[in-house]
Amino acid sequence: MPDKTFEPKIVAFFCNWCTYMAADSAGVSRMKYAPNARVVRLMCSGRIDPQFVLDAFAKGADGVLIGGCHPGDCHYQEGNYKTLRRVQLLKRVLKEMGIEEERFRLEWISAAEAERLRATMNDMVEKVRALGPLRLSNKEVMREEVAV
Amino acid sequence: MSNQNGSVRIGVYICHCGTNIAGTVDVKSVAERAARLPGVVVSREYKYMCSDPGQELIRSDVQEHKINRVVVASCSPLLHEHTFRKAAEKSGLNPYLTHMVNIREHDSWVHVGQKEEATRKADDLIRAAVRRIRYHKPLEKGYVKIQADVLVVGGGIAGIHAALTLANAGKHVYLVERDPTIGGHMAKFDKTFPTLDCAACILTPKMTAVKAHPNITLWTLSEVTAVEGYVGNYEVTVTRHPRYINEELCAGCMQCVEACVYKQARFDDEFNEGLGKRKPVYIPFPQAIPQVVLIDPEACIEFKKGTCKKTCVEACGDRHAIDFQQKDEVKKIKVGTVVLSTGFQAVDPKKVPYYGYGTYPNVYSSMEVERLINASGPTGGEVVLRDGSHPKSVGIIHCVGSRDEYTNKWCSRVCCMYSLKLAHLIKEHTGAEIFNFYIDMRTPGKGFEEFYQRLLQEGVHFIRGKVAEVTDWALDKSEEGKLVLRVEDTLSAFVRRIPVDMVVLSVGLEPHADAQEVRRLFNISCGGEGFFTERHPKLAPVSTFTDGVFLAGCCQGPKDIPDTVAQAGAAASEALALIDAGQIEIEPNTAYVVEEACSGCQTCIGLCPYHAITRLEDKKKATVNPVLCKGCGTCVAACPSGSLRQNLFEDEQIFEEIEGVLDYAR
Repeated sequence: MPDKTFEPKIVAFFCNWCTYMAADSAGVSRMKYAPNARVVRLMCSGRIDPQFVLDAFAKGADGVLIGGCHPGDCHYQEGNYKTLRRVQLLKRVLKEMGIEEERFRLEWISAAEAERLRATMNDMVEKVRALGPLRLSNKEVMREEVAV
Repeated sequence: MSNQNGSVRIGVYICHCGTNIAGTVDVKSVAERAARLPGVVVSREYKYMCSDPGQELIRSDVQEHKINRVVVASCSPLLHEHTFRKAAEKSGLNPYLTHMVNIREHDSWVHVGQKEEATRKADDLIRAAVRRIRYHKPLEKGYVKIQADVLVVGGGIAGIHAALTLANAGKHVYLVERDPTIGGHMAKFDKTFPTLDCAACILTPKMTAVKAHPNITLWTLSEVTAVEGYVGNYEVTVTRHPRYINEELCAGCMQCVEACVYKQARFDDEFNEGLGKRKPVYIPFPQAIPQVVLIDPEACIEFKKGTCKKTCVEACGDRHAIDFQQKDEVKKIKVGTVVLSTGFQAVDPKKVPYYGYGTYPNVYSSMEVERLINASGPTGGEVVLRDGSHPKSVGIIHCVGSRDEYTNKWCSRVCCMYSLKLAHLIKEHTGAEIFNFYIDMRTPGKGFEEFYQRLLQEGVHFIRGKVAEVTDWALDKSEEGKLVLRVEDTLSAFVRRIPVDMVVLSVGLEPHADAQEVRRLFNISCGGEGFFTERHPKLAPVSTFTDGVFLAGCCQGPKDIPDTVAQAGAAASEALALIDAGQIEIEPNTAYVVEEACSGCQTCIGLCPYHAITRLEDKKKATVNPVLCKGCGTCVAACPSGSLRQNLFEDEQIFEEIEGVLDYAR
């Protein structure tokens, strides 16, 4: 039975031009969504160092969401393709570490897609809630490894 | 706590935004908790931080409490980051020692009714910012120079007005239009509401002025195909499609049209919405600008078979203006600012199949009726049915492709008024009985409601109800040979069948089919419906999130001619303001290399889409050209040795944010 009182902590990395603006737009439209995510704004999803994701998991996040512009729409031409490449690799690493797939997501959400942002936030929270808190067996080791 | 900048003294300011934030977030307790965070010297909450007294709080705290870092928790940084940086600067701080926390758009507005959760979220985000800002360092402001030349894309009334305003101010304007003539939709209209002045009479003098203006380079049949660079320094590629006529040599005498081997015009005339015919060589309409003919290669025998007698060339004689060899011509220009005025497309009435457009010949779109009414139109201004007879009764259906779940949800703003105008004009031309079918009558504008009252007095019928269908299925004699509109008259609560001779579909306005491509070219954004997004709906209505790119007219959303012209003037003056300032401040969020750590591996070089990174051959290290760097940070994330760093998005700052939101500081 999943713990009903468990509120997942989600760290979200949003690019300034698409997904961050979609979140702004969701606010302006007074959409309501789950309050679990904390957004870290970056200029481009291409800025996301895989270490950011590992650090978030190591320091207590139950899920990590990356939001960027749709392929072809990157404000910086192709930063999001670099993100995609890194995410593919990182997913395999996370799997090796025993972190379930649903805990780490990359979504393309344009500035126009406030509704998609709302739905993604809610869906992510629901899926991670169903998984329960992230329990890393070697959490301490990992924290040391990724520390800068 | 200290770093290279001495001891860190942070001021935290939490904005109520009236009740926008304070209604959902317990700002008082948030401020109290923030006061206990390491490094925080003062923590305050205030009604409106962006107001003068709000900014004054920061100023006095810099003096009194010697704060040297400012965290403002309020709205989105996209809205007010600039405001608070300015405030910090006025107080004597480096503007980049501020950081904004978004607790309105990302918190209070999306978690209404969840005070506890929203408050906790604000706590977390502020804690992250407080931790992050310890690693901020003073940065130099960056500036770029603004080139004076301007590009205006789209030559409808918006583009024409913007171009003339800029050119009259002495700036050189490149006006690029895709069609063979400027004038846009307005040139097709007969009269304009509510004053009923003739569209051509007010538009064509402006079109002529564009052509005659020494500061305007007009390129018709042309499209922007590539845009590079950034505010102040855009390099734009314009592809000029062949007209097969040398514009400089053609005098617009039309003798070639006369002489064409096609004695009868037999090709659909686009300007007349296909209601009239034209020849392969033609001028779109008599007042077209430029006053130059063009050849349609799809229709011309010479292009199709190469066997034409070329009577047109003969007729042109010594001018030698006809050139069958013309090819696409690529022009490269440098401009500092851009006005996008690419307009709209009318909704295709076939998208609403139950109104029978394309099935019943006497169902017309409103754009077709504009041409039928127009004295220079295919019928010389006579409103006639397809068989040449005059309609005795006409039904005008509002909101076709507007306010509709199945097509477009938005109100197109102009249809009620132009439907009234068409009702008036059709009645004037034919004396027919007119029925208007409307959902709501929307007449917000100067003289608009008065115009509606006038129509009511003229005896036009108004039926409130959304028409269910148009059919030719007659139930009795009176309906035979007619088009029957089935509608619930919601004011009398009856379902009615109204037989008419002619149906006019008042189609809505929607973004161009290729608006997304234009959006990508200029790196701006669109709303969900596809219109270009302005920087702020109220405070920056003609700016975009891409500096130096401005919006005018219906590409930003449906609007009437007065609003379009007003917006075009606003866009032109925004561009002028930039040009006359001569320079613009840019984000100093560029990447830089810590040379000692760089191994010279060159991973970063291929990643940069702007070619901003090069390798110093003598030192075997990478170096970033800050003028070319746009600050995406992709190279920073990829550097295996951590020697690439990004101003305002340093690794330490981001790690602190991550850990801050995860509650490890408590």
